[in-house]
Amino acid sequence: MTTTEAALLAGPFQDTGDNELIANVRPPEWRNPTPQNPYHLLIIGAGPAGLVAARTAARLGAKVALIERDRLGGDSLHYASVPTKTLIRTSRNYADMRGASSFGSRAPADIPVDFALAMDRVRRIRTQISRANSASRLVEMGIDLFFGEACFLGPAAVDVAGVTLSFRKAMIATGSRPKEVDIPGLPECGFIHPKEGFNLSALPKSVLVVGGGPAGCEAAQMMARLGVRTIIAMSEPLFLPGEERDAAYTVSEALARDGVEIHLNTRATAARMDGASKAVDLANGGDIRTVTVDVVFVGTGRAPNIDGLGLEAAGVVATAENGIQVDDFLRTTNPRIYAAGDVCLEQKFTTTADASGRLVVRNALFPGRRRMSSLIVPWCTYTDPEIAHVGLYVRQARERRIPVKTFTVPMHDVDRALADGEESGFVKIHVREGSDKILGATIVARHAGEMINEISLAVAAGIGLRKLAQVVRAYPTQAEAIGIAADNYNKTRLTPARHWLLRKWLHR
Amino acid sequence: MLDRLQKTAFDSLAKSTNPRTGLVADRSLDNSHASIAVVGFALSAYVVGVERGWMSREEAVRRTLVTLRFFWQSDQTGSTEATGFKGFYFHFLDMETGKRARECELSIIDTAILIAGILTSAAYFTGSTPLETELRQLADDLYRRVDWGWAEAGGSAVVHGWRPNHGFMTYGWEGYSEALVLYVLGLGSPTHRLKSQSFNAWTMTYQWENLYGQDFLYAGPLFIHQLSHAWIDLRGLQDDFMREKGSDYFENSRRATIVQREYARRNPLNFRGYAQDCWGLSAGDGPNGRPSIYAGRHQTLYGYAARGVPYGPDDGTLAGSAALNSLVFALDIALPVVRTLYDRGRLETGTTVLAGGFNASVVDSEGEPWISAGSFGFDQGLVVLSLENFRSGLLWKLTCDIPYIRAGLSRAGFKGGWLSRRARSP
Repeated sequence: MTTTEAALLAGPFQDTGDNELIANVRPPEWRNPTPQNPYHLLIIGAGPAGLVAARTAARLGAKVALIERDRLGGDSLHYASVPTKTLIRTSRNYADMRGASSFGSRAPADIPVDFALAMDRVRRIRTQISRANSASRLVEMGIDLFFGEACFLGPAAVDVAGVTLSFRKAMIATGSRPKEVDIPGLPECGFIHPKEGFNLSALPKSVLVVGGGPAGCEAAQMMARLGVRTIIAMSEPLFLPGEERDAAYTVSEALARDGVEIHLNTRATAARMDGASKAVDLANGGDIRTVTVDVVFVGTGRAPNIDGLGLEAAGVVATAENGIQVDDFLRTTNPRIYAAGDVCLEQKFTTTADASGRLVVRNALFPGRRRMSSLIVPWCTYTDPEIAHVGLYVRQARERRIPVKTFTVPMHDVDRALADGEESGFVKIHVREGSDKILGATIVARHAGEMINEISLAVAAGIGLRKLAQVVRAYPTQAEAIGIAADNYNKTRLTPARHWLLRKWLHR
Repeated sequence: MLDRLQKTAFDSLAKSTNPRTGLVADRSLDNSHASIAVVGFALSAYVVGVERGWMSREEAVRRTLVTLRFFWQSDQTGSTEATGFKGFYFHFLDMETGKRARECELSIIDTAILIAGILTSAAYFTGSTPLETELRQLADDLYRRVDWGWAEAGGSAVVHGWRPNHGFMTYGWEGYSEALVLYVLGLGSPTHRLKSQSFNAWTMTYQWENLYGQDFLYAGPLFIHQLSHAWIDLRGLQDDFMREKGSDYFENSRRATIVQREYARRNPLNFRGYAQDCWGLSAGDGPNGRPSIYAGRHQTLYGYAARGVPYGPDDGTLAGSAALNSLVFALDIALPVVRTLYDRGRLETGTTVLAGGFNASVVDSEGEPWISAGSFGFDQGLVVLSLENFRSGLLWKLTCDIPYIRAGLSRAGFKGGWLSRRARSP
């Protein structure tokens, strides 16, 4: 990182106003407790997976050690979920102000962006959220909290800050970090991962976002809405690879509407300094163009944190690419040791981390045999509109030779979406053809992340579309889209034979 | 009305031809490059012209031979100034020299459209004169020269294109599209056949959706549901996917047409003119320019684009030809649109329906709706062919007799309809 980036970045510890946050997540005068070996469950990493596992296990009466090398809360609290969603809310507000006319109101004549104000809010909310899992709260819950680097000494012992902790069961939840960047010249020029970018202390005039996955798309839209000239380069023909193409298309349209300069099928191939700016070469099928920007964000994936853990001593197999090797019960190659969250999972989301942490407690401490593959875990990309998904994609179903049919409801068919001026998007619910069994769903809507939960509930509870059609929903609400999809399913049940019978009955 | 529209479209194609190369202009503006897809449409249109008495058989044979000779003798080195490579051709060619134009890609789908036109000619001109014999031989040679398997680029599905010095384009066909004719021709080849997995890999990306009350294989722009049907009679034919769904591609296009009408009825973006009897979101020309405020929002204008329903892009632009091409699938709902558009237009009757696109929400200083300045060979060609199939089924009858097309359909897993009847008869 160059001094430019260092100056732009303002982590929580550089911020004098964040004394409470620091006291919550890494108390300055902290003293590690005396170990009460052996622990029922020793957890390395106090991010979302580690925290939920520690709390759950302690509540159930287990003797728990929780080790954190940096600060409590993980990337989720400090860089990712919380700061991004908070700042995205501010950027959405600016977008709404500029687009006031589409809500039947007048746009203010001048809409200056006050970034300091936005960041104040981010810090305030981050501090507020940190209270729930503060060091003192964890201690009150009976958790032995250790700050320091953890390193396995053997299959059942860990060193932390020169002290040996022993355990019956352990869980590794050390998370992930932005992947190394292989763009020649860029490391020398300096770049920021989008998740660090949300800790900028001042807005740059221009940014290039490399990578069109969830983090890249969120960052690009947010920066553009905050008035920054934003360019995004994506090596694939569509954003959000893996998502439905209509969802990806909607995001593309949304970014374009917000003024993001979009370069699809484009790779960043080289970077160099140009005065105080960075010149980056973008290659599209051999055509090279150079863009000059203040800051480069690189959002091309995350790599698991496995270095320095002494995994070999513990007999835990891991690779730099895929992280810790686990089975469907999240057990590593050492049967005493489990893993959860980004360090072992392909889906690197806070939601998955949380779910996997709970699952480990069950499987490690009790005779639980819960499978990770059986969990219904939705995820959401927080662009505007949001893209939320749960279960199978159509393609996955077809590859498994499951006949699949999709009930699609455009949001423009939903009264509340029209009233809200939020009609961009759709609900797609995939069912097994000939039945009402829900295989999965994709929702693109301004509040898709909220709406997907109803589908997750239905899938987890084994409720089909027929039952969902019987649910009475408040009118008008955007979740009504799900009811419309369920009604449409019911309409397809009215076969000509049934129709004939019904007519006979009515005209008897 | 239909005869007049079809003849107008035919004339527009016939007069946009270069007499030395047989190449046909992409659009009716001066200095337009040739599009190889439009050449494919024109070759099939000549057949229609002969049947309808709009062109003599001799003239049609002469034009076709000029075209086929040009392609057979064209530069196939794949250099930046060549005409083609591996039996494929660059999307746009210089009308005079036949060299690659606009630094375009070697286009797999547009070559398929060209080849469909070539094979149709050969199926029609079955006379024993030396010229017609040469025509058939050239057509066969041109088809056999296309290295379809190469376009799989070592993967499991066909890529969109290739560029000199840069290689294959990085993306393939994702979701249902106009590529059906490409797969049928590629699978039917006796020389450089596609793998049958290639078709399966493509259909694996299909999405069967219930939208606006219709169960159908989803694709947004209407031309996707029309293009392959210009040559191949898909009524009653089912591949694995359609067997599973109890439908066929022809019926699917009918339903896609109903979905268009339903979208226009809803008119979610409140554009002027959209109605039950006024729709047609498809590939076509549209207004360009900076986003303007429309219905209270910033509306982007997309220029030439593949517009579709229900997710767009939609900027209020409709393509009349999309409705014309729908007659063959859904006469009852398409005819009122054609009538509406036929009587509209500021220049002369029929202008709007055959224009590259029109947009009633974008008006000039005199309040007149935007209408595309030129006409596009692609639109005119598809109109000539689909109207002919609607009126007589001529192209369908011709392609039924092409063994390569029968083989391609069979290898893609198609059964039923005329294909099964043919298989049963000696």
